[in-house]
Amino acid sequence: MPILSLRNLSKRFGRNVVLRDVSLEIETGKTLVVLGPSGTGKSVLLKHIVGLLKPDRGEVWFEGQRIDNIKERDLAVVRENFGFLFQMGALFDSLTNLENVAFPLKEHTTLSAVEIAAKAQDCLAMVGLPEAGPKMPGEMSGGQRKRIALARAIAMGPKVILYDEPTTGLDPIRSDVINELILRLQAKLGVTSIVVTHDMNSAFKVADRIVMLHGGVLHFDGTAETIKQSTDPIVQRFIAGEAGDDELAWMKKA
Amino acid sequence: MPAALIENLGRRTNNSLAVFGDFCVFCGQTFAWLARLLFRAKTWRLVLPQMFDVGVKSVPVVALTGAFIGMVMGIESYAQLKSIGQEERLGALINISVVKQIGPVLAAVMLAGRIGGALTAELGTMNVTEQLDALRVMGADPIGYLVVPRLIACILLTPILTIYSDLLGVLGGYFVSVKTLGIPAAPYWAYSDKAVNTWQILEGVWKGLFFGGAIGLISCYKGFTCGSGASGVGRACTESFVTSFLTIMCMNFFFAKMFQDLYRAIYGFQSLF
Repeated sequence: MPILSLRNLSKRFGRNVVLRDVSLEIETGKTLVVLGPSGTGKSVLLKHIVGLLKPDRGEVWFEGQRIDNIKERDLAVVRENFGFLFQMGALFDSLTNLENVAFPLKEHTTLSAVEIAAKAQDCLAMVGLPEAGPKMPGEMSGGQRKRIALARAIAMGPKVILYDEPTTGLDPIRSDVINELILRLQAKLGVTSIVVTHDMNSAFKVADRIVMLHGGVLHFDGTAETIKQSTDPIVQRFIAGEAGDDELAWMKKA
Repeated sequence: MPAALIENLGRRTNNSLAVFGDFCVFCGQTFAWLARLLFRAKTWRLVLPQMFDVGVKSVPVVALTGAFIGMVMGIESYAQLKSIGQEERLGALINISVVKQIGPVLAAVMLAGRIGGALTAELGTMNVTEQLDALRVMGADPIGYLVVPRLIACILLTPILTIYSDLLGVLGGYFVSVKTLGIPAAPYWAYSDKAVNTWQILEGVWKGLFFGGAIGLISCYKGFTCGSGASGVGRACTESFVTSFLTIMCMNFFFAKMFQDLYRAIYGFQSLF
């Protein structure tokens, strides 16, 4: 049974239709990469999975339970199963790195302060930043902030980790560190991962399965190998990073 | 052309009503969380740092403003009262104005500028950097975790800051009237005592509770709903101050009318002269 199911998901913001009848089954313990040009609803898709957005139509199911229509209080319980790495980390500026990682543990567990600190420290060690605890997020580099955000995302021992453009804004070396971390966490914790990215190197490295969103619909569904061999012009242009006539039409008019 | 104007007016009215409705929902959710969290020790651990920011750090600016207003009132009113031989009643005029209107309104306006803007900027930045979403994902409701402690701090500390503003306003007026303009202290205080009673002091303090609530709710709402980017946060801060300021003025008018009617119904008309 899939751990997550999205059934005929549709979402619009004003007149802008972002998702149209998107259906997706996500297998337990696998890494799914969601590709697509900017503005095609990749992050919107992630936010539907954790209930930050409600679909206009369609359903979201987690472990056999429909979660798109449940109350916020019940959703809070379901969310304990998810870790979410936000695009810019979304660390709380007013808390130290250790307090950031400890935050979900304080909210959801009855552990003592000492146990929470120890567990948060373990998570920081897991992402390779054991010394970062007492520092503030503002003192860290972009890559380090993402790793601390990842430590926070795994603090509760989630079943699913959602990565929203984890390598955006990082140099190729730092990007690879994040990719290795994604692989390491999957191997060590056995989590299901959903990675939204534009970064093809990252996609090829971490994906068990790749889907591509285009114009609000699922345009491609396959593996890293099959996407490389795809003859679909939209897929090929995206992989090669080549702008098409549609994208360049404004230049001809100008 | 008239059709376009009417359409524009209709759209603006519609948008304003939608924002007001959204604000009412936000207030409802905040009060629901307040009722749920008010007696939890965890909430008060979050309230204390906010009380320090809202209260302790605002004391100097609120007190100074109050003192200068008391002094200015003394300077401006003295010549007029002296011309009719009533300068000894200057204390009554200054002190009743300070404790009933100027103290509470100035304290609230200063708070709206100092704290309201800061709250909107803080929550607005959290909003645009997805920290509010991060809270939700981690199962902590942003209204319960962020808004309720700030609202409690604003509600509890605006009346206390009002007392500071009153106190310094009274002292400022005394300093100018008695020490500088040479009005004898005994009649100055005697007339003040006759004019200002506990009712009037409590009227100002009571208003402070509601002004504080309005500042807290408006500032947090503007932060939660601000547009993206630095300009969105900046615009939200401006809107937060302007809306809080207008709300304070509007509330003050209705409170003034209500308290005056109530006072007259109980004690009758009381002349300062």
